[in-house]
Amino acid sequence: MSRTPLDTVEHAAATPDVELPWAELGLKKDEYERIVEILGRRPTGAELAMYSVMWSEHCSYKSSKVHLRQFGEKAPQSDALLVGIGENAGVVDVGQGYAVTFKVESHNHPSYVEPYQGAATGVGGIVRDIIAMGARPVAVVDPLRFGAADHPDTKRVLPGVVAGIGGYGNCLGLPNIGGEVVFDACYQGNPLVNAGAIGVMRHEDIHLAKASGAGNKVVLYGARTGGDGIGGASILASETFDDAKPSKRPAVQVGDPFQEKLLIECTLEAFKEKLVVGIQDLGAAGLSCATSELASNGSGGMRVTLDDVPLRDSTLSPEEILMSESQERMCAVVEPEKVDRFLEICEKWDVIATVIGEVTDGDRLEIYWHGGKIVDVDPRTVAHEGPVYERPYARPEWQDALQADDANKLPRPETSEELKDQVLKLVSSPNQASKKWITSQYDHFVQGNTVLAQPEDSGMIRVDEESGLGVAIATDGNGRYAKLDPYAGAQLALAEAYRNVATTGAKPLAVSDCLNFGSPEDPAVMWQFAEAVRGLADACLQLGTPVTGGNVSLYNQTGEAAIHPTPVVAVLGVIDDVARRTPVAFQEEGQLLYLLGDTREEFGGSAWSQLVHDHLGGLPPQVDLERERLLGEILISASRDGMIDSAHDLSDGGLIQAVVESSLLGGKGARLVVPDGFDAFTFLFSESAGRALVAVPRSEEVRFNDMCGARGLPVARIGVVDGDAIELQGEFALSLEELRKAHEETIPALLA
Amino acid sequence: MTARIGVVTFPGSLDDRDTQRAIRLAGAEPVALWHKDKDLKQVDAVVLPGGFSYGDYLRAGAISRFSPVMGTVIEQAKSGLPVLGICNGFQVLTEAHLLPGAMLGNDHLHFICRDQKLRVENAETSWTGDYAVGQEIHIPLKNMDGRYVADEYTLDKLEAEGRVAFRYVDFNPNGSLRDIAGITNEAGNVVGLMPHPEHAVEPLIGSGRTDGLPFFTSILKKLVGA
Repeated sequence: MSRTPLDTVEHAAATPDVELPWAELGLKKDEYERIVEILGRRPTGAELAMYSVMWSEHCSYKSSKVHLRQFGEKAPQSDALLVGIGENAGVVDVGQGYAVTFKVESHNHPSYVEPYQGAATGVGGIVRDIIAMGARPVAVVDPLRFGAADHPDTKRVLPGVVAGIGGYGNCLGLPNIGGEVVFDACYQGNPLVNAGAIGVMRHEDIHLAKASGAGNKVVLYGARTGGDGIGGASILASETFDDAKPSKRPAVQVGDPFQEKLLIECTLEAFKEKLVVGIQDLGAAGLSCATSELASNGSGGMRVTLDDVPLRDSTLSPEEILMSESQERMCAVVEPEKVDRFLEICEKWDVIATVIGEVTDGDRLEIYWHGGKIVDVDPRTVAHEGPVYERPYARPEWQDALQADDANKLPRPETSEELKDQVLKLVSSPNQASKKWITSQYDHFVQGNTVLAQPEDSGMIRVDEESGLGVAIATDGNGRYAKLDPYAGAQLALAEAYRNVATTGAKPLAVSDCLNFGSPEDPAVMWQFAEAVRGLADACLQLGTPVTGGNVSLYNQTGEAAIHPTPVVAVLGVIDDVARRTPVAFQEEGQLLYLLGDTREEFGGSAWSQLVHDHLGGLPPQVDLERERLLGEILISASRDGMIDSAHDLSDGGLIQAVVESSLLGGKGARLVVPDGFDAFTFLFSESAGRALVAVPRSEEVRFNDMCGARGLPVARIGVVDGDAIELQGEFALSLEELRKAHEETIPALLA
Repeated sequence: MTARIGVVTFPGSLDDRDTQRAIRLAGAEPVALWHKDKDLKQVDAVVLPGGFSYGDYLRAGAISRFSPVMGTVIEQAKSGLPVLGICNGFQVLTEAHLLPGAMLGNDHLHFICRDQKLRVENAETSWTGDYAVGQEIHIPLKNMDGRYVADEYTLDKLEAEGRVAFRYVDFNPNGSLRDIAGITNEAGNVVGLMPHPEHAVEPLIGSGRTDGLPFFTSILKKLVGA
């Protein structure tokens, strides 16, 4: 029990001189002064707790907001967009009355501290965002980045992260269908654990996070509230209110996927019976976020009795209850006459549900504790009117030198033997090697709708069993490219994800992004961020794929060393009939191999330059978005009309990486010929964008060539699917057996 | 006239809807059963689906085994009701002592998801009539606790009585003793296995094979004599 008097609104007004630990809670002096100005008095402890978490970088986007506006300002006209930025997740129309919601988020910092729980709760959080939109979650994807593959700490972090993602996602019954695993020393100490999820619903089922209708009840349901996930609150609690309590709270939340599975089923059942007016999940900032966002997005105010919140630990202070990030909780706004039925459904699923407040006709968020009013704020000032910073940014001095250090001038293999060695070295390197050891820890069959999963170019899920309507998702990012040129790097990430979706036969519709950067207080990092956002917004406009939402993760740095700027882009696409999807694997011997697009001498930021020369310099590959669009159209038409049997996007590692993957997956070799005008090295290793490898049945050769010719897409016949080796005429041959060993044994050897 | 096949949903069941789909695709009528409900709605057979019932907390299947629906399932299984336990359902069946042995954590300590090759060892149970003995099939496998164990006496007895229904071929994915993937009771009406036949029923989806469909056509034929 508190020994000091309860810090009510009244008490705060009467004791203006009480010092509050705003600095320990991460607030700046001017931010604290602004809170005092907004309230016209000092905040209560509870109010301070709410403002401090909601005005944190993570919740308020205070450093990134001024740049992120471009995603709205430059948004392309899109008939597909049903709900845009600002809600829990964007919603896209995929036809036949279906809507799809998807989003990518980061859980970087917690995953470094506690890999298993950090990664697990990352999955849990993104899935609740999807449920909160009214959708049934149907798949997850996980773009991951770790330090050097052979660094001892990677062996601590990676297996934990993978087990956490699997442990949570598998238990929820969500197929894991895509993502990436990238190793680079720049992520040592700052692994990037991004998590994406997709949900499907009917148009009429879209739900929004708003509390409207005075008298409607606010229901908190799911797990009890505990002391986990409280960052600064422990300071608040121990210094100001009560020092007799345990002060060390785990800052990383602990996940309970079983509870979340129940939450999914019970929420969907409540949606089905139309019991829910508004809904919000409890993630970062917990109840502070849910109550202030629901209230500020609705028409009225809200009154909450904090004593009614079910607790796991009865000693929690009101500040801690407001800041707790205990997982697996949701908040719904329900009309009074429907509350009983709502509670009944929760009981059916053994989910604890409690009415904790109601919507009022005022415009204040009022929170009570032990009969005293401890919060009385305008919820908009908490949720939406936080500080906005115009952080200084400047192109770093080293950028010119970095770009001048041309990778195209690096020594290249001089003999066939060297070329062959470098091919083997490439496909067995941790970044290019098979990630089966990782992905086999994820369930990709559950729900019975998985058409494609990693290592395919995009994950694909059937949405409608009758019509075969499906959606595809790919996530991509290349921090090395972005380091060389953040504007181009962000565009290349989008281009690659767009291409990956089109390669499987789906039409790209919309984008979500997870922007992982260093400290915004470093002008160089801020410049990288500003450039990346500008590049991505410009490219989305040109490709006609709006950004529907996403997440920013800053402060990914240790000391002065920031990670490579790493914008990760997810592209969602739609396919009318999943039976027309195009897989990566070679299907039949004798089919002709074509290289689509232009191949240039482009090695800046390439896998080859990193692997062979440990080099990062020069310029990333050229961006040509019109070419990406054309390539996409050709791939989609060819898939729809049955002109290609397999296709693979070309990206890091170049053509040879793609051929090896398609060969190994199909168990069929290839004979390749270097086309006129190319040298073998550039042919195999260049990372020029806007390219794909396709296998064309002989019967379709003329039709396919005519289509590419008529539409102006450069196409070169480079070989044939054949045999049990990959042979480059006049240079070398590598047996599939040797390649499989090289490609598949690396990761288990490092991590198992 | 078709057969009504019940699929139990426990809290944490994941493949219940997929199993209903597989039953439908085989031509039978799926009937949803709820764990709190003792009533089996007069179904002709029951499938306990995969998933993490009760989060696999305590031990996989250990809590579900005591659910009201299981009381009826256990009683009726003993008098001949065909019951198939898939993955978590298999774990529930061993916990309920309808099948001998137990499941431990995979020997490599990781969750594993793969398209698994199996050999059919017994084509005379209620659920395997459409297979041939010795037939090799591919069925997706995905589990954390899939290592089948039993004492030597029990294993020898199972082998002698032909009650090993499925065996892993080429690769033992979890350290199961004698490569056992699935077993049956003496009467042949209760079958449990770790792999997921309901995820191998459509040519495009999942593993892209239909090797699992015979589980559901077998029981249908058995029940309606089609």
